[in-house]
Amino acid sequence: MGTPASAVRLRTPRRPRPPHSVNRPRRSLTLTLLTGLVLVYTLVPLVWLFINATKTQGSLFDSFGLWFSGDFALWDNIGKTLSYNDGAFVRWLLNTLLYVVAGAGGATLLAVLGGYALAKFTFPGKRGVFAVIIGAVAVPGTALAIPTFLMFSQMGLTNTPWAVIIPSLISPFGLYLMWVFASEAIPTELLEAARIDGSSEIGTFFRVSLPLLAPGIVTVLLFTMVATWNNYFLPLIMIKDPDWYPLTVGLNSWKDQAATAGGEAIFNLVITGSLLTIIPLVIAFLLLQRYWQSGLSAGSVKE
Amino acid sequence: MTTLSPPRGAGRAGSSSPARSPRRQRDRRSWTGWGFIGPFMAVFALVFLAPIGYSIYLSLFRDQLVGGTTFVGFENYQRAFEDPQFWSALGRVSLFLAVQVPIMLFLALLVALALDSGRLYGTNFFRISIFLPYAVPAVVATIMWSFMYGSRFGLIGNINDAFGVSIPDPLSPELILAAIGNIVTWEFIGYNMLIFYSALRVIPHSLYEAAEIDGAGQLRVITAIKLPAIRGALVIATIFSIIGSFQLFNEPSILQKLAPNAITTYFTPNLYTYSLSFSGQQHNYAATVAIIMGVFTMIIAYAVQLRGMRKEA
Repeated sequence: MGTPASAVRLRTPRRPRPPHSVNRPRRSLTLTLLTGLVLVYTLVPLVWLFINATKTQGSLFDSFGLWFSGDFALWDNIGKTLSYNDGAFVRWLLNTLLYVVAGAGGATLLAVLGGYALAKFTFPGKRGVFAVIIGAVAVPGTALAIPTFLMFSQMGLTNTPWAVIIPSLISPFGLYLMWVFASEAIPTELLEAARIDGSSEIGTFFRVSLPLLAPGIVTVLLFTMVATWNNYFLPLIMIKDPDWYPLTVGLNSWKDQAATAGGEAIFNLVITGSLLTIIPLVIAFLLLQRYWQSGLSAGSVKE
Repeated sequence: MTTLSPPRGAGRAGSSSPARSPRRQRDRRSWTGWGFIGPFMAVFALVFLAPIGYSIYLSLFRDQLVGGTTFVGFENYQRAFEDPQFWSALGRVSLFLAVQVPIMLFLALLVALALDSGRLYGTNFFRISIFLPYAVPAVVATIMWSFMYGSRFGLIGNINDAFGVSIPDPLSPELILAAIGNIVTWEFIGYNMLIFYSALRVIPHSLYEAAEIDGAGQLRVITAIKLPAIRGALVIATIFSIIGSFQLFNEPSILQKLAPNAITTYFTPNLYTYSLSFSGQQHNYAATVAIIMGVFTMIIAYAVQLRGMRKEA
């Protein structure tokens, strides 16, 4: 009964392969080494950051940058980073989390709803909506920052979390990604079927469409998260009160402290704080790899 | 609708337009779609359209300590066109753009092609590791590199000590632009690589098989099949990079304290508007410079898009 199958399976590894067919190319050590040069370039600063986060301020100066010094001060540095200046770092971390949850979460929600509308509905003014959004993608965000600051300042919103959260809510790239993804991932027939069954549009969206959009949503969420977590310019101009700083602005203020008169140089804390700032995003990207990569290549399964 | 369809992004080169009307058969247009896109458009109006309008309004006035706000028409624009600091900033980012963007995109393309060739050991490891710098905030990237550039406890200092050489200081006025170019390249090489890679994955493998039967070599497959197929992605990446170069702010602004002699308050157009606004309190003129840069960027981006897409037809 199982004979033919197992026979095939046994024979498979022995089947002679063409030396480098398109589907099974021969691996190349030379190419790997050359690409390895780029890999070294991208990883060396990160390795440097980790190694130097393990050093005391003193040994930062008298040890080789790409190797560990005698005493391993990582835990000590982390403790000092978290407690320095009455736990300013923790406060900034919580602010950043607030901005990310509200900003990136809201941006993803708006992008999912909007992308779904563009992909699956015909409505009056749709062409106009396209034109405006596409035009806006080309407007440099920083050209908007100063007028937005002045506007928000008149509305009394500057120096509050709203000044950072509200502008973060719009992600034209996220909307575009969702639009492409929704038009590929949701068959229109399915929506028609749900409508015939008497499902409301909202009900259809939650029960039928949302599950199908999941990989796209993860992708948009991840990219808006990066944008908000890493945002520097917007909070820099909007927030003057260090209590509302996100990590990026706070870290830079620590770095600048050494250059100000009478300021204490805290390079070891700047380095350790930098390490702590990037770890959550690196973990998010590594853990969610499968989802965001499938979301990015939406519609790529043509064969 | 098709005329308004957006530039094709990652992973979509050559496939059908998402804008293809799904319900053409239904004449009665429904307002339901607005229920879904309404929230986006409302916030969009508040943080995109309103500031643009406000900034145009501001650019037409002058605010003086004595005499208050007066309408000056296009005087601010005239001032900008005669402003050597503005031109110096624009020239600097143009030089940056002309050198850094081609290098970064070329490297990203090479890596994407190498990954896509399937000839690497550990393709997945390469892909995710080279992409990682994208997750690093510009602040952290600049802090890391500036410490590494430093001669005190940086790698440059280490190398100088170890080999008895004296590498020129990357934070000197002569080299600072190249030093920033290196940081930006480091930050975005992986992101661009991923855009190219996703586009390459969409190419049907039957094309490669056909090319192989025709006796085409690797290089021929790349130039005749792969590059034309990802033209859309190449154009998108170029446009994003151009916009990024004209907007250059974070890296020079963070380095400013470390290299005050090398980075002026008008080092880039954005740094200039920032200084005008927050140190000089010249909001009207800052808004004018921001508008000019916005229009300028849009024109260049549009020209690149036209040029890039023309050959596709």
